[in-house]
Amino acid sequence: MNKQLFLGDEAIAQAAIDAGLSGVYSYPGTPSTEITEYIQNAVKKEHIPFLHAVWCSNEKTALETALGMSYAGKRTLSCMKHVGLNVAADAFMNIAMSGINGGMIIVTADDPSMHSSQNEQDNRVYGNFAMIPVFEPSNQQEAYDMVYEGYDLSEKLGYPVLLRITTRMAHSRAGIVTRDRKPQNPVRLEKETKSKYILLPANARNRFKRLLEAQSAFLEASERSKYNCLSISPSPPEGGLLGIVACGLAFNYLQENFPNGFENPVLKISQYPLPKKQLLQLAEACDEILVLEDGFPVVEEQLKGYLGIGLKVHGRLDGTLQRDGELTPDKVRKALGMEVISPYSVPEIVAARPPALCAGCGHRDVYDALNEALKEYGDAKVFSDIGCYTLGALPPWQAIDSCIDMGASITMARGAADAGIFPSVAVIGDSTFTHSGMTGLLDCVNSNANVLIIISDNETTGMTGGQDSAATGRIHAICKGIGVHPDHLHAIVPLKKNHGEIKALIQKEIEYQGVSVIVPCRECIQTHARKVRQKS
Amino acid sequence: MKTDIILAGVGGQGILSIAAVIGEAALEDGLYMKQSEVHGMSQRGGDVQSHLRISDRPVASDLIPSGSADIIISLEPMEALRYLPYLKKDGWIVASSRPFENIPNYPDREKVMAEYNKLPHTVMLDVEQIAKDLGALRSGNVILLGAASPYLPIDFFKLENGIRSIFGRKGGDVVEMNLKALRAGAGGKV
Ligand SMILES: Cc1ncc(C[n+]2csc(CCOP(=O)(O)OP(=O)(O)O)c2C)c(N)n1
Ligand code: SF4
Repeated sequence: MNKQLFLGDEAIAQAAIDAGLSGVYSYPGTPSTEITEYIQNAVKKEHIPFLHAVWCSNEKTALETALGMSYAGKRTLSCMKHVGLNVAADAFMNIAMSGINGGMIIVTADDPSMHSSQNEQDNRVYGNFAMIPVFEPSNQQEAYDMVYEGYDLSEKLGYPVLLRITTRMAHSRAGIVTRDRKPQNPVRLEKETKSKYILLPANARNRFKRLLEAQSAFLEASERSKYNCLSISPSPPEGGLLGIVACGLAFNYLQENFPNGFENPVLKISQYPLPKKQLLQLAEACDEILVLEDGFPVVEEQLKGYLGIGLKVHGRLDGTLQRDGELTPDKVRKALGMEVISPYSVPEIVAARPPALCAGCGHRDVYDALNEALKEYGDAKVFSDIGCYTLGALPPWQAIDSCIDMGASITMARGAADAGIFPSVAVIGDSTFTHSGMTGLLDCVNSNANVLIIISDNETTGMTGGQDSAATGRIHAICKGIGVHPDHLHAIVPLKKNHGEIKALIQKEIEYQGVSVIVPCRECIQTHARKVRQKS
Repeated sequence: MKTDIILAGVGGQGILSIAAVIGEAALEDGLYMKQSEVHGMSQRGGDVQSHLRISDRPVASDLIPSGSADIIISLEPMEALRYLPYLKKDGWIVASSRPFENIPNYPDREKVMAEYNKLPHTVMLDVEQIAKDLGALRSGNVILLGAASPYLPIDFFKLENGIRSIFGRKGGDVVEMNLKALRAGAGGKV
C-alpha cells in the first residue's frame, strides 16, 4: 500500500474529498485553516466538479451554509478553530436539534497551550453540550479513516459528527493510506422535512425527544467503535491496580513511555459519548484510574461524578497532571511516576523571539500615526481586535489596550465611550470587521457613539496566511450603507509619506462628537508577493 | 533504529522545507515518520520549531520526549540552544553560525559561542557565506541539511531524491541549485 505524507489537516481534507464531499464552508483559524485550503487546491488541480470549497464571512454563516447543503442531501464539512465554534454555537446547538440529511462533519481545531489563540477551551465540551457523537483521532491515519467513515455514520444516525483535533494533530505529518473516491450524493430531499427543520416549539419538543432517544444509538456506536479499545492483560501486575484512560493523542504519549507495551489495563478512547461498557470493565479490573486527556478534564469530570464517590480517579483535577497546557510525553511520564531526564537545560542567555509585523506592513504606518496622534490625549484608550495588527501590542508601539474576541474592538469602544472614556478608539482588520464588526458598527451609528473606528484594511486575512477577505474593495461602501456619515468616513493609504496626513485626520476625527471611521487601505505585502509569484 | 530530530530557526528561514525533504526521503525508504511543527504566530520573524521522528517501527508520539533528540539542526545559533532540554547526552547540534538579530536583546556572540563550547558534539558552519559562494542565496536551509546528512539515518542519494520531489514543481533549475547546495553542505565529499 502506497503511503503519502499528509498533515493531520490534509488527511482530514483528503478523506472528505474521498468520501464524496460536495461542499466545505469554513472561516480560517489556526490550526484548522489548511483543511479548507487543501480542498480548494484539490478542486483547482483536479477540476473536481460540483465541489464547493469556500471561505465564509464567519463560522456561523459557514456552518449554516453547510446545513443547507446537507438539507439537500449532500455531504458537507465545516472547519473552524476552537473559538470559532463559539461564534457558530447557535447554529451548532440547533443543528443537533434538527439533525441532518446529507452527512455532516464539523471540525473543531483546539489549541491547548495557546500556540496561536486567546484561550485553550476544549470543544469536546460542546459535543457533550449538543449531545452529538464526537471523534478524537489519535493519529493522522485515524483522522483520515474517521472522516471517510464518519460520513456514513452521520447519515445513518441522522446527526452531525464533531471531529475534535488539536494543534498537534492538525500540524503534524505522517504517512497515510488513502481509499477509493466515492461519488457525491445526488440532491435527495427527505420525505418529511418541515417537522424536522422548522424548530417551532411544537416541533422542537419532538426533535429534542428524538435527540434524547438517539443517545442510545450514539452510545452503541461508541461501544462498538474500533477507535475505542480496552486492553486488559490476562496476568495483570499484583497490588492496587492503576487503570489508564487515554483519550486521542494521549494514547501515543503513553505508548511512547512504554515502547514494549504497558502491563496495566488501558482504555483508549477516540469516540464519544464515553463507551460505558468498556469503562465499567476497566473499573471492575482496577482500584484507581488515571485519565490522560489533552485539554480540559472532560472525561475525568464525568468519571468522578459530582461527589467523587467510588473509584479514585486521577488526572488534571487532582494535580496528577498539570491543569493547563498541552499534554506531552514528558507530562504523561511524570504522571506515571517516572523521571524525566534532560542532560542539558536552556542557557540563560537565550532570549525570547516574539513575532513582529513584517517590515513594510501597512499596520505599522497606522500605529505610527495613531501613537503620535494620541500623544496629545493622555487618557486615550485603543480597543483592538484579533489579527496581525494585534502585534501592535508589542514594542515599539504598545499601542493597544485590548484584544478579546473577534469584533470586540468596536463594541468595547462604544461601551467605554458611553462610560466617559475619551478618546475611545477601535482598531480592527478588514476580515475581522466583516466577520463580526459590522453589527457593532450599526450599534454605534444607532446611538451616535463618540468613537473613532480605524479599519486597517490590508485586503486579506493576513494572520492566518492570506485567505481572501470577504469584502475586499467594499469596506468603504459597507460603512456608508450602515449609516456612517460620509463627512466622517475617510479612505487613506498607510505609507510613510502620508504619516502627517493620517495623524492630522485621526486628531480631527477624535474631535468630532459621533461615529468616525478611517479606512487605511494597502494590500498585505505577503499576500501581494504571493500573488506576484503565482502569476509568474 | 529510531532517530529524533529537532529542526529550529526563525520564521521564513525554511526549516519546514528541510523537514519535508527528510520526510519524503524517509518515506521512500519505507521508514515510519512523524513530523510536528508549530505554525501561526511564528511565521512573522518569531521562532519556529519542528519535531521530526524517523523509525523502522511505528512512531507513537508526535512530540519528542525530553533528553532523547539525536540531533538539533538549526538555521540560527541561539535558536538551537532553546531546545537543549530535548537533546540526548551524546546528541549532536548542527547549526548555522550566523545570528539572526531581529530582537533588541540578542545575546553577545561570544556568549553564544561559549555555550557551544560546553557541548560535546557540535558542527557550525557559515551557511550564508557558502550560499553566497555558490550563488544559491535561497538554499541556506539545504546547505545545512547537507551538513547534517552524516548524522541522519538516511542514504545521501535518498535525500537527493527528496530534493527532487519537494522542489520538483518549482522547476529543474531550482532542483539543480538545491542539489548543489546539499552536496556543498555535505562538504563536497559525497
Ligand atoms: C472566532 C475566531 N475565528 C477565527 C480566528 C482566527 N483569526 C484570528 S485573526 C483572523 C483574521 C484577521 O484578519 P484581518 O482582520 O483582516 O487582519 P489581518 O491579520 O489581515 O491584519 C483570524 C481568522 C479567531 N481568533 N477567532
Ligand atoms: S502578513 Fe501582511 S498583514 Fe501580517 S504583518 Fe505581514 S504584511 Fe502585515
